[in-house]
Amino acid sequence: MKRDDTLSARIMRILVPVAAGILFLLLWEAFVTIREIPRFVLPAPSVIFESLVQNFGSLMGSLWVTLRVTIAAFLLAVVGGVGLAILFSQSRHVEMALFPYAIVLQVTPVVSIAPLILIWVGYDNVEFALLILAWIVAFFPILSNTTLGLRSADHNLRDLFRLYGASRWQVLTELQLPSALPYMLAGLKISGGLALIGAVVAEFVAGSGSGNGLAWRIVEAGNRLDIPRMFAALFLLSALGIAIFFGLSLLENRLLRRWHESAVRRES
Amino acid sequence: MSAAGAADAPSLIELSGIGKTYANGTVALTGVDASIRQGGFVSLVGPSGCGKSTLLRIIAGLIAEDHGKLGWPATGARPADIGFVFQDATLMPWASVADNVYLPLKLKGLGRVEAGPRIEAALKRVGLSDFAAAFPRELSGGMKMRVSIARALVTEPPVLLMDEPFAALDEFTREKLDGDLLALWQAQGFTTIFVTHSIYESVFLSERVLVMGARPGRMLAEIEIGEPYPRGRAFRESPRYVEICARVSAALREGAAI
Ligand SMILES: Nc1ncnc2c1ncn2[C@@H]1O[C@H](COP(=O)(O)OP(=O)(O)O)[C@@H](O)[C@H]1O
Ligand SMILES: [Mg+2]
Repeated sequence: MKRDDTLSARIMRILVPVAAGILFLLLWEAFVTIREIPRFVLPAPSVIFESLVQNFGSLMGSLWVTLRVTIAAFLLAVVGGVGLAILFSQSRHVEMALFPYAIVLQVTPVVSIAPLILIWVGYDNVEFALLILAWIVAFFPILSNTTLGLRSADHNLRDLFRLYGASRWQVLTELQLPSALPYMLAGLKISGGLALIGAVVAEFVAGSGSGNGLAWRIVEAGNRLDIPRMFAALFLLSALGIAIFFGLSLLENRLLRRWHESAVRRES
Repeated sequence: MSAAGAADAPSLIELSGIGKTYANGTVALTGVDASIRQGGFVSLVGPSGCGKSTLLRIIAGLIAEDHGKLGWPATGARPADIGFVFQDATLMPWASVADNVYLPLKLKGLGRVEAGPRIEAALKRVGLSDFAAAFPRELSGGMKMRVSIARALVTEPPVLLMDEPFAALDEFTREKLDGDLLALWQAQGFTTIFVTHSIYESVFLSERVLVMGARPGRMLAEIEIGEPYPRGRAFRESPRYVEICARVSAALREGAAI
């Protein structure tokens, strides 16, 4: 009984949004067809799909470039953010010295740093510049969330560790890092999306002919008024963003489901 | 098994003129004297803010006293193992019951396999053998507290310090745990200092009740209970019990009036 309940509930959770999406596409298709709206203003879903199939090779190539930059930036952000947060937790002085600069990096709009980074890295190495820019955007939420998480360990548990003569290393690995995990994962979810945004925005700034990621496909299609292809590239970007979000949510759920409130499924 | 016969042995814990002022100027304790025999069961009662937790933390070595002297006449030094139980069970939510109980042994460098039998024994003592693989959030408040006690006792410490351990539990669970704690104490013989703000609980459990007052935190009175163990329902319902509770209550009121 209970199992069926949750199973059907789970199917509904997938089915309802999918049905809503299909309905939306049908209405879109009907609207465009009936009103005879030109395809360079608003292409019908069927036309977009056609364009997707036609340009499959080049779009997939661009998708791969954007994906590559996003994932690399994200992984480096995890390493840098968590690493720096651990360093901060070990030394208040290091935190005091560096945290303000991490904030400076965060509050300065990435668009405004992009030209500088591009010049420094050189236009023959745009992908590396994109990586740096995406990393700058993605890195801060992981740093700040993990820093907060490492500090959030229960103070009675801290006392208990002290009572049993735990070493710094033991406090870090057995107490602080597990306490920080939910915070860290929340940071990862934000950063996953930001890494993609960073990669795309940076490519827009890099400008014509330099990149060959999805952002460049959009610019290119726009210049040629090939709106169906623009939509096809947009669709791939959204799909990528959704995939990243779901992947990280799944990871979060896997790691927290046995113990953390946020991941525990309650009855009723 | 009682206080009788141990009167001439050197005490385990000797507090003389203990004082503690926190960095912000709060005088948490002044001139606290007390002596606790090895294997004894002493309760600390007093209004909140009278320095009970501070005293417990000083005895545990978590903070240092800044006046007076804390001595360990029977052993010469603070025992390497001290069990500590907090008001909330203070379990690691990410670890199973068994892994929570394993913690003190793990921090001391004992391998999981070696520690296995000791973890099992500790869980058995508190009646949670069947819950080794459960996670804290799957347990009731009383069961969590049992895990906390099992963790404190897994190293078989000579001293068990408890800071209002059952205060957040319902009356029924609390009485059950009171009884179980006494049985453990009688079987294992660890010295217990039990902080509570329940007069009834302090009288039921301990050989001696230390009554404390606030502002500044100080010792007001010591009341011997003198009732043999094991204690049970009969003691809780006896006129003697009511009379001793009234005496503790009067001592507390006297302190508040000053
Ligand atoms: N870390 C601290 N810093 C400053 N003041 C404290 C600290 N811990 C406790 N106090 C103060 O010391 C007094 C005694 O506190 P505590 O020992 O916790 O009392 P109790 O456990 O009896 O309620 C209280 O006034 C409390 O506010
Ligand atoms: Mg207290």
